[in-house]
Amino acid sequence: MHIEIDEISKAFGTTAALHPVSLSIPSGALVALLGPSGSGKTTLLRILGGLEFPTSGRVLFDGQDATGLTVQERRAGFVFQSYALFRHMTVFENIAYGLNARPRATRPTKAEIARRVTKLLELIQLPDIGARYPSQLSGGQRQRVALARALAIEPRMLLLDEPFGALDAKVRKELRQGLRDIHDTTGLTTVFVTHDQEEAMELADLVVVMSMGRIEQIGKPADIRARPATAFVKDFITA
Amino acid sequence: MSDATQIRFRAATEESPATRWTLIALAFAGLAILVFAPLIAVFVEALADGAVEALRSLASPDARDAIRLTLTIAAISVPLNAIFGVAAAWFITKFDFRGKAFLITLIDLPFSVSPVVAGLCIVLMFGANSALGGWLVAQGYPIVFAMPGIILATMFVTFPFVARELIPVMIEQGRAEEEAALTLGASGWRVFWTVTLPNIRWALLYGVLLCNARAMGEFGAVAVVSGKIRGETATIPTTIEMLYQEYLSVAAFSLAAVLTLLALLTLLLKTLLELRHADQLAANHRH
Repeated sequence: MHIEIDEISKAFGTTAALHPVSLSIPSGALVALLGPSGSGKTTLLRILGGLEFPTSGRVLFDGQDATGLTVQERRAGFVFQSYALFRHMTVFENIAYGLNARPRATRPTKAEIARRVTKLLELIQLPDIGARYPSQLSGGQRQRVALARALAIEPRMLLLDEPFGALDAKVRKELRQGLRDIHDTTGLTTVFVTHDQEEAMELADLVVVMSMGRIEQIGKPADIRARPATAFVKDFITA
Repeated sequence: MSDATQIRFRAATEESPATRWTLIALAFAGLAILVFAPLIAVFVEALADGAVEALRSLASPDARDAIRLTLTIAAISVPLNAIFGVAAAWFITKFDFRGKAFLITLIDLPFSVSPVVAGLCIVLMFGANSALGGWLVAQGYPIVFAMPGIILATMFVTFPFVARELIPVMIEQGRAEEEAALTLGASGWRVFWTVTLPNIRWALLYGVLLCNARAMGEFGAVAVVSGKIRGETATIPTTIEMLYQEYLSVAAFSLAAVLTLLALLTLLLKTLLELRHADQLAANHRH
C-alpha cells in the first residue's frame, strides 16, 4: 500500500514533536525512520498507526484520506518497542488475538485460526513454542512472536518501533535478515523506527533521516552516504 | 589471627548476628504483644463460660441480625467499590489530564478523614433535617438510620483500598499492551476484558480482600449513621460495643470472635491464592 504523509505536524501541549513533514512511501517499500531520540520518528510512526492523531496535515493510504481512521480501522500491523506481548496469554493466544477480536461475521472458524497461527509460527521459524508464555521466551523469540501477531491480522502495512532495540548485537543481525525475508515474502509496505544508522542503512530501501521534528533527508542508503544533505546527516551517519 | 583463612567476607547489606537477632526478637515481641495476645484474649474471653454459652449468645436474634446485616453490607459495598476502584485506577493510569494529582489525593481522602467525621458528613447530607434527606424520607427512602446510610458510610471508608492497590500496578504495566490490542482490531471494551483486567486480577483481588476486611469491621462511620437500632441497623462491630457497654462480655467477645474469624478467613483466602498462583504472580512480574 502506498502511504502519503502530507504536511503532518504534531504538538504535545506547547512543545512541537513534529513540524510539518511530508513523505511519500511507495507501495512495498521497506523504509527506515532514522534519528536520535526526540527527533519525532516514533511520533510519526504512531500517527501512521492511528495511535496518535496529528495536530494538522493528512495521511493518505493509496490516495484515500485516512487521517480520521481509528486505530482499528487502519489495520496496521504494529510491533512495539518492548513487544507488548500479552503476558497472561500463550504465544498461540497472542498470535490469534487479532483474529478472535474480529466481529463474528468475519471471524475465521477455530480450526482456521489454528491453521493460520501454525503457519505464522512456521514463518517466524518457531513452530514449537505455541504453548509457551512470553516470560518463557528469549528477547529474539519475543520479537518474532510480536511480528507474527502483527501479521496475523493480514495488515495493510507493517509498522515497527525500534524492533531490534532490546536485543544483543548477535541476535540483532540475525533478526534483521528475518525482517528482510518477511518483508520480501509478504510484500507489505514496512516502516521501522531506529536510532542505529548502520541498521537503517543495511536493511532499508529508503532511509528518512529525522532531527528535532523535521525530516533532514530522504534517500537510498547509498545516496545518503555519498551525499549527506545537511551537516546533521553527515554527523549522524558517520557517528 | 593473621591467618588468611580467618577472614570472613560479609555482604555489604548484612548485619552482625547480634544485631540481627535483636531486631528479630524485637519484631516478634512487638507482634506478640500487639497482635497475638489480643487475638487470643478475644477467644479466651468468648469461651470464658464455655463453648455452649458462647454459641447460645451467637444464636440470639440480635447477634444473628447483626451478622446478617454485616454480611449484606459487605456483599453490596465491596463489589460496588471494586467497580469504582477499577474505573478510577483505569482513568488515572491510562489517560493524561489536568487535575490528576488532585484526583489521586481525593481518592486518599477517606484514609485521612476520621470515620466519625465521614459519618457526620453523611448525616448532614442525607439526614431528615437536610433538604435532600427530608425529601428522601418523604418518598419513603430514608438514608440515615437505615441500610443505605450504612452502605454509604462503609463505601466511603473503604473506597481507597481497590484503587490504591491497582494504581501502582497499572502505572508499572504501562499502556503498551492495550495499544497493541487496539492495533489488532479489538474494541476498547474488549481490550479491557481481555487485556487490562487479566493483568490486574491479582492486585484487584488483594484490594477486594482488604476492602472486604475493612467493610466488615468498620465501626466509627457506621456507628454515627446507623443509629445502632438493634435488629435493624446494628452491625457486628456496633453490636459488640453495645453488648460490652452492658457488661455482657461473653456475648460481646463471642461476636468479636466471629468478626475475627471472618478477618482470618479473608487472610487465609489471600494466602491460599498466593500459594496456588505463585507461578502466575511471578510470571506477571518477570515479564
